[in-house]
Amino acid sequence: MSDKFISLEGIAKRYPGPGGSTTTIFQDLWLSMDRGTFTCVIGHSGCGKTTVLNILAGLDTPSAGALIVDNQEAEGPSLDRAVIFQSHALLPWRTVMGNVAFAVSSKWRKWNTHQVREHAQTFIDLVGLSGSEHKRPSELSGGMKQRVGIARALAIQPKMMLMDEPFSALDALTRGTLQDEVRRICDETGQTTFMITHDVDEAIYLADRIVLMTNGPGAVLAEIVENPLPKDRQRNDIHKHPLFYAVRNHIVDFLITRSRTFVEQTPDYDPRNVAVVRPGFEPTVAVSADETAASARLAHG
Amino acid sequence: MTNTLSLRAAVVSVLLFAVFVFAWHLAVQGTTQVADMDPEYAALMGKTATEGTSAMPGPLDVGAALWDHIRRPFYDNGPNDKGVGLQLAYSIARVLTGYFFAVLVAIPIGFLIGMSPLMSRALDPFIQVLKPISPLAWMPLALYTIRDSNQSAIFVIFICSLWPMLINTAFGVAQVRKEWLNVARTLEVGAFRRAFTVILPAAAPTIVTGMRISIGIAWLVIVAAEMLVGGTGIGYFVWNEWNNLSIVNVINAILLIGLVGMVLDQILARFGRMLTFPE
Repeated sequence: MSDKFISLEGIAKRYPGPGGSTTTIFQDLWLSMDRGTFTCVIGHSGCGKTTVLNILAGLDTPSAGALIVDNQEAEGPSLDRAVIFQSHALLPWRTVMGNVAFAVSSKWRKWNTHQVREHAQTFIDLVGLSGSEHKRPSELSGGMKQRVGIARALAIQPKMMLMDEPFSALDALTRGTLQDEVRRICDETGQTTFMITHDVDEAIYLADRIVLMTNGPGAVLAEIVENPLPKDRQRNDIHKHPLFYAVRNHIVDFLITRSRTFVEQTPDYDPRNVAVVRPGFEPTVAVSADETAASARLAHG
Repeated sequence: MTNTLSLRAAVVSVLLFAVFVFAWHLAVQGTTQVADMDPEYAALMGKTATEGTSAMPGPLDVGAALWDHIRRPFYDNGPNDKGVGLQLAYSIARVLTGYFFAVLVAIPIGFLIGMSPLMSRALDPFIQVLKPISPLAWMPLALYTIRDSNQSAIFVIFICSLWPMLINTAFGVAQVRKEWLNVARTLEVGAFRRAFTVILPAAAPTIVTGMRISIGIAWLVIVAAEMLVGGTGIGYFVWNEWNNLSIVNVINAILLIGLVGMVLDQILARFGRMLTFPE
């Protein structure tokens, strides 16, 4: 199972502050992801989630530490790691087909127009945009734009997808449908996925592991929540699962109080061995940080 | 709604034009007083004094002369008597040549300035000093170094078209959205392909706005430049007709300069609309 694909090893991000001081957004952050897993990050604004994602994407460089992909230090962006941007970042002068084809022809530079279009069409169909190939982004709704963003990311058949709050700008109904599709696509293609979200339910529905970050500046990766819900969970009855509220409450509690107090309450915090929690499998649901860490360490061996 | 609005606007335009022409016609009707003078003295005086007609031509005179020009635009009876179409063609050719070279220089350098903060700062003092110089101030230097009046005029057009395009290109390139550049980076698009497939289309509307300002300035400057260098062109035509005291032709030339300037501007406006993308 331990098929490690990508890891962040002791990364930090610091910015020069006023008067020659430095502001540390986060430091000594370790996180690794196995192939085919779906990881969500939850944390308040300013904890550096987006910076972590940008470092994974190669768009940003850490002030310290390294990004390891397939046991090699990675530098800069790569076609192996596709990004789905929050603002979808479609090129407005290109059509739907043009946007997807741009990505396809970037990956397979020797392909002729016909091959590129055929390949792009497959992924436009996959996200359910057949018939809208010749529309420009300005003619599409927010949900359709994000579908194009997803098609563009999938079309280059990356080893990993990085999503920065991909559904936050969408209405609830569209968000639900797109979540279903992303889940289906990730299951079918066995993507390794890293996603930032503010939506606890979204994280529980989609993710295998939910990474909790404390408040910045000086944010740390507090714990990793292993999703105890079955793999074949469905949107319509996920909230009826006996463990659903155990997970949900654990995360919400973290966001409300422990994201603030975690650092002072956990003096023996070890950034290299972050606690792994399976809510519902502990004796109590509302565990304190110490207990959680202790039980997780026990579980870890 | 828009249809009726443009129709009504057209009606108002026509009415305003009619009122203007009529007022002009009335204003140039002759003064009634004719001084009783010695015939020999009268022979030295203009028609205003002897016949009471206005020195200013009326709209009918101008219209008749214009019709004449339109019927025979391209005749060539020697250096001082060429058709107005021919003169305009000389001017347009000079403007387009100088403008073409300005595009070749301004857009690549604008790209460089827009993409490199170092070059942007390094070149800024030169641009700031060179930009406010009246293009005609270059004329003596151009005549001295190039030693050809026609090429000097083209150089003056080149130098005045350069700045708006350069500055707009640099601005447009520097303002390309970070997220579009990030898309190109995550797709490992090379610098050359990125310049042509992301930066150029994203900056195109701003660049074309600069090109539109430039063609307007170039057309303003060509008239003055040709008055200086002489020989051919609509600017020379205006000055020559002033020396001939043909106010009718001067007015016609003014009208034609305006019309050609409008056409040049509209061509670039249409070009700009083609490249503008809605977001």
